[in-house]
Amino acid sequence: MNAWLIAPVALPLFAAILSLVLRTRIRAQRIVSVGANATALAIALALFNAVRTDGILVLQLGSWPAPFGITFVADLFSAIMLVLSGLMGLAVSVYGLATIDEARERHGYHLLFHVLMMGVNGAFLTGDLFNLYVWFEVMLMASFVLLSLGGERAQLEGSIKYVALNFLSSALFLAGVGILYGISGTLNMADLSLVLDQPAHHGIINMVSMLFLVAFGIKAALFPLFFWLPASYHTPPHPVSAIFAGLLTKVGVYALIRVFTLVFRQDVDFTHQIILILAAFTMVTGVLGAAAQMDMRRILSFHIVSQIGYMVMGLGLFTELALAGAVFYIMHHIIVKTNLFLVAGVVQRLSGSNELKKIGGVYRAAPWLAVLFLVPALSLAGIPPLSGFFAKLTLIVDALRGASWVMAAVALSVGLLTLFSMTKIWNEVFWKPAPEGTQTLPLAAIPLRERIALLLPIIVLATCTVGIGLGAGWMFDLAQQTAEQLLDPRDYVNAVLGVTEAP
Amino acid sequence: MEAILAVVIGVLYATGLYLMMRRNIAKFIIGLALLSHGANLLIFTAGGLSRGLAPIIPEGAEAPAGIIADPLPQALILTAIVISFALLAFALVLFLRTHQEIRTDDMERLRSTDR
Repeated sequence: MNAWLIAPVALPLFAAILSLVLRTRIRAQRIVSVGANATALAIALALFNAVRTDGILVLQLGSWPAPFGITFVADLFSAIMLVLSGLMGLAVSVYGLATIDEARERHGYHLLFHVLMMGVNGAFLTGDLFNLYVWFEVMLMASFVLLSLGGERAQLEGSIKYVALNFLSSALFLAGVGILYGISGTLNMADLSLVLDQPAHHGIINMVSMLFLVAFGIKAALFPLFFWLPASYHTPPHPVSAIFAGLLTKVGVYALIRVFTLVFRQDVDFTHQIILILAAFTMVTGVLGAAAQMDMRRILSFHIVSQIGYMVMGLGLFTELALAGAVFYIMHHIIVKTNLFLVAGVVQRLSGSNELKKIGGVYRAAPWLAVLFLVPALSLAGIPPLSGFFAKLTLIVDALRGASWVMAAVALSVGLLTLFSMTKIWNEVFWKPAPEGTQTLPLAAIPLRERIALLLPIIVLATCTVGIGLGAGWMFDLAQQTAEQLLDPRDYVNAVLGVTEAP
Repeated sequence: MEAILAVVIGVLYATGLYLMMRRNIAKFIIGLALLSHGANLLIFTAGGLSRGLAPIIPEGAEAPAGIIADPLPQALILTAIVISFALLAFALVLFLRTHQEIRTDDMERLRSTDR
């Protein structure tokens, strides 16, 4: 099974090359796109199953032994992220069949989508910091072009902000990598974890860890570095913003959790306290920003920011329960957030806009769509028995146990304000009658084949949300095992460096 | 030598960040370029400067003769240069398209997506 670790990267690469060859034949590209994404999901599930039964999988690329070559590692956390990215890739590629216009398809939408998935999967799998930088760049390059593809005015404006801040983040990341190599002479994360464990130079390590915090914080849209996100995520076509919303910031969160549980764990009182404070501000600013918006996708974009705060809060508290909560939150959030953007796309299709003032009456025209909106929306706000409730519950219980009263209060009140935003969307988009002179079409107005492509992914993701809520016990056990692995990285280090511990 | 390079890196970062805070997009892109040069030199310096030989073991020997230079920082920089070249090329094209579409190079005028 170890050799299969290359598949989540190799498969999208192969699919990308294939779409390049087929660039004039759009139908063939669509088949490749859905086929490759479905296969990627199957492979991710197989890898996940293997990691659960056999433990951590390691692949030394080119058979160079660990600290010298590049290592691909799949522990439970990576495997979960792979499954989620596979699921989102498949859902959005099916959805894209009905929403992406032919001009964009001809100019390489499918090709870029595959490259994006390759970068995301590579970032989840790699065990080497510089390699992580490279996968980040692969992912960013594809996302830059996807964001600006089409060249509408808003897209170009959004892209400039997005490109600017992400470029800055990459430069800081690179500087951090350089200094870290100067200190330790290695870039393999497992090896770094051992080398930096000696308490020789805490000061400089804390300095480097802050460079990484800022670099990954920009990618994850942490306070005060999130401004690029709400300025750009509502500009591209809906499938593009859905995959961005689901996966890209979460790659930043993944990288934060990875380096701050594996590499920078010498001075938890200092580093993780800062992370915790940033998390609180992220939650609050995100949710207040959302309250001021009057566009469906902009509200949802600000909510990404506030939700990132919850995940990072789990990292900041740095206990097993809190990390389990963070992992649970990521699983819940990726599915829910992608789904909400997909629903926003259908609303746009039916009523011609996403601006709350210009639309209305969607409930009357398409009641089932309203139900499909309510499932992820209420889950986002944390209403039981949906997935968001258990994710929030875990984090808040841990905050109370650790006597972090402020964090618990912030998390609870942000949940309440999230509910406020969701009811605002519900009232304006679904409940109130359509404004004068506008008309909202029923779902039946969309041709059957497109209707299936639009609604099937939404239904599947909504089912997942309900499923996570109902099977919360099983999911929580999984999250807890993941947290155990994260908190005690000995297994990870031994697996990568090929050490067998004496019993 | 380290001291000189440290000053050079500092100046590159300072000018890069200063240019990035200007309103003009063209200056902004130049700032990005300077910043990535600074990062590359930083890797080079932090990786350790030595007047070593190329890291090649002579035929028949078990270890290299004398001090060798660490090849890894150079490999990292090479990769980083290629990546930042691609990013800069993209940023320039994006700037060009924006200029054609919106007819401005002033960041302050690109605010329609912020409202």
